[in-house]
Amino acid sequence: MSDAPDRRPDGVERVALFVTCVGELVEPDVPVAAVRVLRAAGCDVDVPEGQTCCGQPAWNSGFTADAAKVAGTSLDALERAVADGAEAVVVPAGSCATMIRVYWPQLFSLAGDEAASDRARALGERVWELTELLDALPDERLGLGSVEPCAAVYHRSCHMLRELHVAEQPEALLARVDGCVVAEWAAADQCCGFGGTFSVKLPEASVAMADEKLDVLPEGTEVIVGADASCLMQLRTRAGARGMQVRTEHIAQVLERALPDDRGADA
Amino acid sequence: MSNEWPLRSSTLRERSATAVGDPVLRANVGAATDRFRTKRTSALARLHDPDALRSAARGVRGDILADWAATLELLADNVQANGGHVCWAPTGADANDYIASVAQRIGARTVVKSKSMATEETGLNEALAAVGCDTVETDLGEWIIQLAEEHPSHIIAPAMHKNRDQVADTFEAKAGMTERVTEPTELVAFARRELRRRFLEADLGITGANLGVAETGSIVLVTNEGNARMVTSMPRVHIAVMGAERIARTWDQADLVLGLLAKFGTGQTLSSYTTVLSGPRGEDEADGPDEFHLVILDNGRSDIAGTEFAEMLNCIRCGSCLNVCPVYHQTGGHAYGWVYPGPMGAVLTPLLASQQTGHGPGEDHHAGELANASTLCGACMEACPVEIPLQDLLLGLRRRNAEHAGLAERSMWRAWAAAWSRPGAYGASATVATKARRLAPLLGRLPGGSRWTDGRDLPDLPARTFRQRWDAGDV
Ligand code: SF4
Repeated sequence: MSDAPDRRPDGVERVALFVTCVGELVEPDVPVAAVRVLRAAGCDVDVPEGQTCCGQPAWNSGFTADAAKVAGTSLDALERAVADGAEAVVVPAGSCATMIRVYWPQLFSLAGDEAASDRARALGERVWELTELLDALPDERLGLGSVEPCAAVYHRSCHMLRELHVAEQPEALLARVDGCVVAEWAAADQCCGFGGTFSVKLPEASVAMADEKLDVLPEGTEVIVGADASCLMQLRTRAGARGMQVRTEHIAQVLERALPDDRGADA
Repeated sequence: MSNEWPLRSSTLRERSATAVGDPVLRANVGAATDRFRTKRTSALARLHDPDALRSAARGVRGDILADWAATLELLADNVQANGGHVCWAPTGADANDYIASVAQRIGARTVVKSKSMATEETGLNEALAAVGCDTVETDLGEWIIQLAEEHPSHIIAPAMHKNRDQVADTFEAKAGMTERVTEPTELVAFARRELRRRFLEADLGITGANLGVAETGSIVLVTNEGNARMVTSMPRVHIAVMGAERIARTWDQADLVLGLLAKFGTGQTLSSYTTVLSGPRGEDEADGPDEFHLVILDNGRSDIAGTEFAEMLNCIRCGSCLNVCPVYHQTGGHAYGWVYPGPMGAVLTPLLASQQTGHGPGEDHHAGELANASTLCGACMEACPVEIPLQDLLLGLRRRNAEHAGLAERSMWRAWAAAWSRPGAYGASATVATKARRLAPLLGRLPGGSRWTDGRDLPDLPARTFRQRWDAGDV
């Protein structure tokens, strides 16, 4: 599935960010961090106007036409950005990156719009999950320093791992951050139990799935790092309800904290 | 679809909540699936290239089913040439009627069975009881759940949801165990003594079929207990019930499938007993039944061929997708409400059910909602030895369900799409969301809000959306 190994991003300078609806509405610190990290890596970051959501909520619920309508809006916006010179479209969420790259062509095709399907396939060539791009850049482009020492684990989110096949990149980046110690987590690649509407359709099972991961956190874990804000929200809100002290942090935010002073910040 | 199954009388959420609320069940299922997974991982580690085998197997299953009707005909012809009888059963009721008529003709009182999911599907045991037969399951797990008057919760380990103490309880309560034992070997010894007696009494033996091999008219049975050998050799008559898709044309194909079945299912190189049967006892043979019957069960299968769900027919019933499924891990099999649990059941049950209930495809809400028993995490696809794209099939079923969704759900998605396909309206909903911060504490009290808040905190909403920060130049 992954075309990543062949994609050489060394020279990427102009980047369009796909914010995602969760990034827009619930976790704006994540896209903000993504922008700053990308800038620190020497990218000129644009956030194309007109983008909304990737359509995944409706797609996963079977409402193809509704999903295509929303995804079409974002496709238009991202395509315009590419036409204006963006060399890469970066998505700071594994699940939305998967939706765009893996499922958009099928979505538009099922919705009866073959032209949009072809456009989505072409756009997909330029779509990168955030850590996938950062890890593929030459190391010297992204200087990473240190963060306050913290005991971390990394949650490998499902779509990114099994469908986008972006597996090693996030942890490779974290390994470059001094102070962020990522421990082995037996449940690292187990599903968090969120699953979009699954979380409210079968809430008891959803919570139990989060528990299974939280129950085996290594002793002393302070923070769960991940590349999908929605998985982290599921784990954080469940941990909170249990009175656990563990935090969650998106990998973009960890990397942002690790930027040498003032790099990335605009002002 | 037998009515006693909970599928029609409860919702998926009710069943899964009940299961999740049972800590013993979760511990039992968790431990057992973990064992299977570990064994599978080490079995696969001994293979040179498991992924190449998987894709070869997918190709082979595809080839077989591309030529399905002809292969079945060849199998049937060769079974008859070997002296066996063949029954084509379009429905479960047809299969049951045929088997009951054989039982009555030979005056069978005691029937012994080895594990067969196809006969769970048809509700055969009840049908045999109705004609006065005493049917005894001889697979240890099946016997346990028969005694406990439950249903299987796993396709290859039917009593997976019980621990040894619960098994001992069942044996004491239902099988006359007077001296309680709880060690697995002792429990097995007890079962062996009890079942040996029943084997000797039995007039009729009934098995499933892991595979029918057309070129020689043979059926293959795979067990780890050897009970299928007794079922097929001690009674006078043997009937095998085979799901119509469980076939191979050649032994080369069968070889590939059987190897994968053991490795992905139980993590064995090959199952302990692989039994090949080709018809009744021949004149020069020492043992085997006087009569052999093969029942080829359709029961909705042929309706799946040629649809977007056709690959589900490739399933070899290895159980691997159950063992890796994080939802199954929490709920066990009974939450799925019918014979087939886990990801394969979440796909297969809706496909078989629409045929059985006379509903059109997607109209059977009870079965259809099983497609929601997944986070779409993809672990099942990765674990399937024949690369069935289970996640894509689940999505396909959800699309089918959406076509039959109620007005409220359809309107909700339509309104969502109308708003979020217009950047202006999307921006407005973003502003509403930040305003909603102050309302957030009320959210849990909205209808349905407790579905999130029972067990989870509400997420904090931000003071400003991303776009507001970007436009303000604060990024
Ligand atoms: S769907 Fe695949 S993994 Fe699941 S039981 Fe069938 S063959 Fe095995």
